[in-house]
Amino acid sequence: MKSNLIVAKFWNPDTMMDALADIHHKGVPVYDCYTPFPVHGIEAYMDIKRTRLSIASFVFGCMGLIAALLLMAGTYSHLYNLDWWGLDFISWPMDIGGKPSLAWVDFVPIAFELTVLFAAHGMVITFFIVAKYYPGKEAKLLDDRQTDDVFVVAIDGDKIKSEKEGDLMEVLRNHGAFDVSKTA
Amino acid sequence: MHVESSVRTKLITNVNEYTQITDDIARPIEAAPNKQWMFWTIVSAIVMTMGFALIGWTLWEGIGVWGLNTEVGWGFDITNFVFWVGIGHAGTLISAVLLLFRQTWRNSINRSAEAMTIFAVLCAAIFPTIHAGRVWDLIYFGPLPNTRGTLWDNFNSPLMWDVFAISTYLTVSLVFWYLGMIPDFATLRDRFKRQGKTTASNVYGIASFGWEGSARNWSRFEIISLILAGLCTPLVLSVHSIVSMDFATSVVPGWHTTIFPPYFVAGAIFSGFGMVQTLLVIMRKVYKLENYITIEHMENMAKIVLATGSIVGLAYSTEFFIAWYSGSFFERYVFINRAFGDYWWAYFAMFSCNVITPQLYWSKAIRQNMTVTFILSIFVNIGMWFERFVIIVTSLHHDFLPARWANYTPTFVEIGIFIGTFGLFFTCFFLFSKFLPTINMFEVKTLLHHPRKPKGIPNGVKDDSHSHH
Repeated sequence: MKSNLIVAKFWNPDTMMDALADIHHKGVPVYDCYTPFPVHGIEAYMDIKRTRLSIASFVFGCMGLIAALLLMAGTYSHLYNLDWWGLDFISWPMDIGGKPSLAWVDFVPIAFELTVLFAAHGMVITFFIVAKYYPGKEAKLLDDRQTDDVFVVAIDGDKIKSEKEGDLMEVLRNHGAFDVSKTA
Repeated sequence: MHVESSVRTKLITNVNEYTQITDDIARPIEAAPNKQWMFWTIVSAIVMTMGFALIGWTLWEGIGVWGLNTEVGWGFDITNFVFWVGIGHAGTLISAVLLLFRQTWRNSINRSAEAMTIFAVLCAAIFPTIHAGRVWDLIYFGPLPNTRGTLWDNFNSPLMWDVFAISTYLTVSLVFWYLGMIPDFATLRDRFKRQGKTTASNVYGIASFGWEGSARNWSRFEIISLILAGLCTPLVLSVHSIVSMDFATSVVPGWHTTIFPPYFVAGAIFSGFGMVQTLLVIMRKVYKLENYITIEHMENMAKIVLATGSIVGLAYSTEFFIAWYSGSFFERYVFINRAFGDYWWAYFAMFSCNVITPQLYWSKAIRQNMTVTFILSIFVNIGMWFERFVIIVTSLHHDFLPARWANYTPTFVEIGIFIGTFGLFFTCFFLFSKFLPTINMFEVKTLLHHPRKPKGIPNGVKDDSHSHH
C-alpha cells in the first residue's frame, strides 16, 4: 500500500458516491476505493478503464479452439498430408466402419468445450496475476471493516497541494465521512 | 446507485444493516457444531464409506458383481451418471443464466446451488469411471501419446465428448464458485481477526487470496464474473446435450431421436431445481435464513419446476406421437413396451412424478407451503431418476433379436453404490454448510437499500443520502 494517503470512511455507499462525484468535479485524483461489495458507477469517478480481461478471455478461447482442432485433425494428419505440421506424434488414423475420418461435425463438441476451458481458466489466472492475488497473500487494509460495512475512499496525498489538504478533508467530512485521516 | 421501484417486493426481509448480513451468514460458521449436524454428517459419511467400499469390491471382483447382462449393458451406472449430472445443471442455471438476465433473486441462492452443482458432478463422474471396469486404464481417456499400439482417442465418439464436457464443466464450475467466495472469505478473515480468532482468520485469509475490495479489482471481478457467466451458459447447455448424444447418436430405437438434447436439458434443469428445493427448504429452516431465502425465492423456484416439468411432459408426449407418426413398427413397439411392458411401473413413476404432481404448483397456496414443496421436490428427484432408468433400460432390454431379450435387476452392489453417492453428496453439502458462507454475502449486500447507521459510528455525522430517494 502506498504511504501518505488521505483516507475518508463512510458507512453509506450513496454518501460515498456523492463525495466522489464532488471531488471528481473538483479535479481531485482518487487513489482507490475499498468497499464491501461492488458499487456501480464508481469507475467513472476514478477514471478506471474497462478491463481488458475480456480480450484476454477471447485470446485464450481462440487458443483452446486451435488446440482442439489441431488435436482432432492431427489424428488424421497422415491421411491429409498434414504431418509436416509436426502433428505426426498424435497421428493415429482409425478406420471405423469406413466412416469419413475428417468428419468435422464430430469435432464441434470438443472444439467448443476446449474453447470454454481455455477461455475461462486463462482469464481467471490472468485476473489473479494482474490483481496480484495469490493464496496466503496478506491483505493490506485501511479499515478492518472495509470487507464488512465500511466504505473507504483513499486519495493520494502526494498529488494534493499541502495548503489544500485541510479543505479537501473538510469537504469529505461534510459529505458524511465519519472518519477522515492521513496515513503515514 | 440504486434505482428500483419501491413497490417491488423486497428480496430480503427484516435486514437493515450491512453487518447484520455478515452476522447472519457467519453465524453457522462461528457456532460450535451442534449435535444434529454432527449426527447427520457422520451418518452421511458412513453411507459414503459404504459406497466406496462397494466400489472397491467392484474393482476387485470386476463389474460382474453388477446385474448387467449382455442385453442390458447400461443399467444403474449410466442412469446414476445422467441423474447426477442433471442435478448439477440448476446450480449453473442459477449462477450463470440468471446473472445474464439480471435476476437479482439469484443472489441469495446461487452459492448453495453452485455447491450442489460441484458435489453432484463429482458424484456423476464416479459412474462412467467405474463402469469402465479397469479404472487404471482411464488415463488413456486423455490424449496421451503412448506406445500401446492402436490406442488413441476416438474423437468421433460421444463418449469421448463426454470426457471433455464433464471435465470442462466440473473445473469451470469450481472456478466460478471459488471466485465468488473470495470476497466472502475476506469478510470472514477480517471478522475473525476482530474477534481475536487468529487461526480461523488465517485459514480464511489464505483462502481469500489477499482480497481487499479495491474498486479496481471489483471492476475486474464483475467483468470476469459476467464473462464466466457468458461462458457457462452455453457450456451447461452443451454438457447435457452431449450427454443426450450418448444415446441420440446410436441406432437403438427409443434413443435415436433428435428431440433428446433440448429434452435432456429441460429435464436436467427440472431435476436440479427439485434438488435445490429439497436442500433449501431444510437449509433456510435449520440456519434460520428465512429473511434471505424468502417464500418468494421458493415460489420462483416452484414456478421454474412447473415450467420445466411441463416441457418434459411435452417431450414425453412428442416422443409417443412421433413413434406413432413415424410409421416405424419397431419405434412404435419400443414406446408401447416402455409404457406398458415389463417396466411399466418405472414409466408410471416417471410420468406421475415429473408431469402430474408438479402441476400442483399452479396453486399459490402450494407454492408457499414448504412441507408440500419439500415432498413434491422429492417426487421430482424420484421421477427424474426413473426417467433415465426408463430411457436406458427399456430401450435395451428388448433389442433387435428377440431370442436375446432379457430383463435387468440391479444387485445390492449397484444399489449400494448409488446410495453411497448420496452419502458423498450430503457429506460434502453438510461440510459446506458448516464451514463456508452458504449465502453470497457481498451480492446480498447490494440488495439492501437505505442501510441503518451501524454501531460505533459517532453521533453528528452528516448523512443526507435519504434525500435522494
